[in-house]
Amino acid sequence: MATANQNVTFGEFPVPAPQSSPVTRKLLRFTTAGSVDDGKSTLIGRLLYDSQAIYEDQLTSVRNSRINRSSGPIDFSLLTDGLRAEREQGITIDVAYRYFSTPRRKFIIADTPGHEQYTRNMVTGASTADAAIVLIDATKGVLPQTRRHSYISSLLGIRAVIAAVNKMDLVGYSEQVFRAIATDVEVLSEKLGIQQLYVIPISALEGDNIVRRGGQMPWFTGPTLLHYLEELDLNAEDSETFRFPVQCVIRPDAQFRGFAGQVESGSISVGDSVTVLPSKVRATVRSLESFDGPREQVSTGEPITVTLDKVDVSRGDLLSGDEHLPTVSQRFLANLVWMNEDALDREKLYLLKHTTRTVRARVTDIKHRVEIHSLSHSPTQTLKLNDIGVAELSTTLPIFFDSYASNRAMGSFVLVDPITNATVAAGMIQSTVEEGPSERGGRVTTEERTARHGHRPAVVHIQGSSRIADRVERALFDDGWHAYLIKGDDYNEEQLTTLLGLLQTTGAVVVLSGSATLAPQTRAAFEEAVFTFNEDGVPDSELSAEILRTLRLWRSSAEKFNHE
Amino acid sequence: MSLTQYDSLQFQSGTRSRAPGLLGDNFQLDHLKMLEAESIFILREAVAEFARPVMLYSIGKDSSVMLRLAQKAFHPGKIPFPLLHIDTSYKFSEMIEFRDNYAREIGAELLVHKNREALDEGANPYRLGTQKCCGLLKTKSLLDALAKGDFDAAFGGARRDEEKSRAKERVYSFRDRSGQWDPKNQRPELWKLYNGRHHKGESIRVFPLSNWSELDVWLYIAIENIPIVPLYFAKEREAVVRGESILLLQNGVSLLPAETTELVKCRMRSLGCAPCTGAIRSHADTVPKIIEELISFRRSERENRVIDHDEEGSMELKKREGYF
Repeated sequence: MATANQNVTFGEFPVPAPQSSPVTRKLLRFTTAGSVDDGKSTLIGRLLYDSQAIYEDQLTSVRNSRINRSSGPIDFSLLTDGLRAEREQGITIDVAYRYFSTPRRKFIIADTPGHEQYTRNMVTGASTADAAIVLIDATKGVLPQTRRHSYISSLLGIRAVIAAVNKMDLVGYSEQVFRAIATDVEVLSEKLGIQQLYVIPISALEGDNIVRRGGQMPWFTGPTLLHYLEELDLNAEDSETFRFPVQCVIRPDAQFRGFAGQVESGSISVGDSVTVLPSKVRATVRSLESFDGPREQVSTGEPITVTLDKVDVSRGDLLSGDEHLPTVSQRFLANLVWMNEDALDREKLYLLKHTTRTVRARVTDIKHRVEIHSLSHSPTQTLKLNDIGVAELSTTLPIFFDSYASNRAMGSFVLVDPITNATVAAGMIQSTVEEGPSERGGRVTTEERTARHGHRPAVVHIQGSSRIADRVERALFDDGWHAYLIKGDDYNEEQLTTLLGLLQTTGAVVVLSGSATLAPQTRAAFEEAVFTFNEDGVPDSELSAEILRTLRLWRSSAEKFNHE
Repeated sequence: MSLTQYDSLQFQSGTRSRAPGLLGDNFQLDHLKMLEAESIFILREAVAEFARPVMLYSIGKDSSVMLRLAQKAFHPGKIPFPLLHIDTSYKFSEMIEFRDNYAREIGAELLVHKNREALDEGANPYRLGTQKCCGLLKTKSLLDALAKGDFDAAFGGARRDEEKSRAKERVYSFRDRSGQWDPKNQRPELWKLYNGRHHKGESIRVFPLSNWSELDVWLYIAIENIPIVPLYFAKEREAVVRGESILLLQNGVSLLPAETTELVKCRMRSLGCAPCTGAIRSHADTVPKIIEELISFRRSERENRVIDHDEEGSMELKKREGYF
């Protein structure tokens, strides 16, 4: 093996050291992004090699390989490039996960390819990462792809970005070159709102500043890459509001009914009150059950089975703290990353999976597409593979969410094509789209009612002796119309105007009998969709059929109009 | 090493009580607890979303850990799916004994499947070669058993750090109607929003231990006191030393002309079929000693399996065909 670094002696790992380093032995997930020639695979190979996470036989296999793209004795990139196809092409083609441990932490690397057509993979790798390493070639400086990698990191809510300026050996370990690049990176980072940025000069090939400091860059005094990763603080800014999406109901016998899930944020104790969504019923936590015995309290990240004093809870429901309930909505604005060859279809109902809940959803509006190189916005009608945009979505049932920025688990979703079953998009919720309350204070708009009913409000006025109006109501209702019968002769003119105004806002097709004259404001409210028939002298069945025909014609012409 | 010494890892079995303040006010899980939580989450998601899940039970240490995680995920209920063992008939006898006893002890439903047709025709690794033998007795047998049981999801104990081609495996790994894996056309897997949708006849392999390392598995076995097959512990065993391999004389392994047996203090690092799994020289006869040994090792665990050495990239080939 290579000379073992003193700080990273893997061999000391399990030796108990109770007084020191008790707390940070945790899991850190980071992602790496870089282009084909940035030396990303070499960097990861070097991290694994120098932290002694590579076994001797794997090294032998790499040493014996016919391929060596490096100038040294070992092509480190071969340690990480997994599959045949990419070994032949010499590029990484998919997300690969790598593991290594130091006495301080276990690390999971999501190694993602850097070339353009694989934005999808980069987003995938970044979705679970706490930190991102963005590789910059010191001989080239900040490139469009650097912007892209940084943007995706900030979009996916990665708090810590490490800009690793690689190939310092090729620029003579020049401090000047490094400083110039660092300044560019800082400007970019500020623009993107990246919370924590660390710029570090490295040579993956020679190993400088990765695990060991090396002697070539005495002017750089910051921690090495590995040391920085070991010390990175992960506690910051986690949401403290209790969120518990129910995964499944556990019923070993008739007496016990427990709700299994994982605490996504906050904590909960026995005796606490929680609110169940969507029912908004309040319940009290009776017990917290686990294989290892009952618990008094559980916190973020822990799996548990909760029993309540109420039992009407199932998968897809959410237990929330009573204070700060999540937003409950069917319309929201989200960042969308399109991940499929089939472009976004606004006519299509997709499956939307959010926490443990799956609903149907439509993309109702695309606000803009983000041009990944310039980060500028442009209008668009659709999103294609690897496009990123902001869109408004509407779901058939409400979901309960927090913004992605405040709570990753509660603000993320994927879209699945119901025919091909492919995962077609990743989404990050920004905010709900709220209609202002109407005059009467409700929050459901006429448009939404129209969408539900499949037609706009209308009046079918049947003048004459009120012989068949009740049967027309029945026939319309059976044909799928939201129909409602009003006997006009029972009201005076003022009452009738009020009543019809009210029914218009509910989206109804009013079947009005009698000889009343409609007020102009009524006709206007119904957008002139008033159809008048006279029943006298016409056979019942014929009139009924004509009314249906007229309404269907009206509906289909209205639909056509809307589509144009 | 006693269990209490593991307290330095901030992970206690039993009550899981913690010294107050040790982890600060903002309570964070240590890495084994985080891995455990992730695996339990995956197990529960799959059970909630699939019609007929099954757990591939190989009797090895990874299976033992996966089984414990399943007990935890559905406590106080029983494990809500059967265990399926693909028995090549060349497994070590200690494995079969352990399998039957342990399944009974924890009250799990155990299904055992053999490719009887191939066995009746005398399939063995010497005559067919390792790859062909594996293809018949493991891969085909597995696919047949999954089809026979109409299982739409199968839990496997594979870890991504085991072998290079596994590094790209998803947690939910989609298999087509013939059980095959297409590494170039995998579904993107984001956050922990696993997509298990499939058409009839297609299935998903679910890997709850994806992010565990071999060391994590052993630490967890130590902390949780999980029973494992005695073959993992070093003792004097009658063996034949053939080239670099140490083979135990049972179940299809016999002496070649001029070979003699000797007593070797050895143990198995991973469990497979007797003819194709070599032992390693070792004095590690307890779990803590195995962990110590592991840390000093510079050899990856699958190296003592003959099967991976047929060809560079052979595991990827097997996986494409439907092997776990």
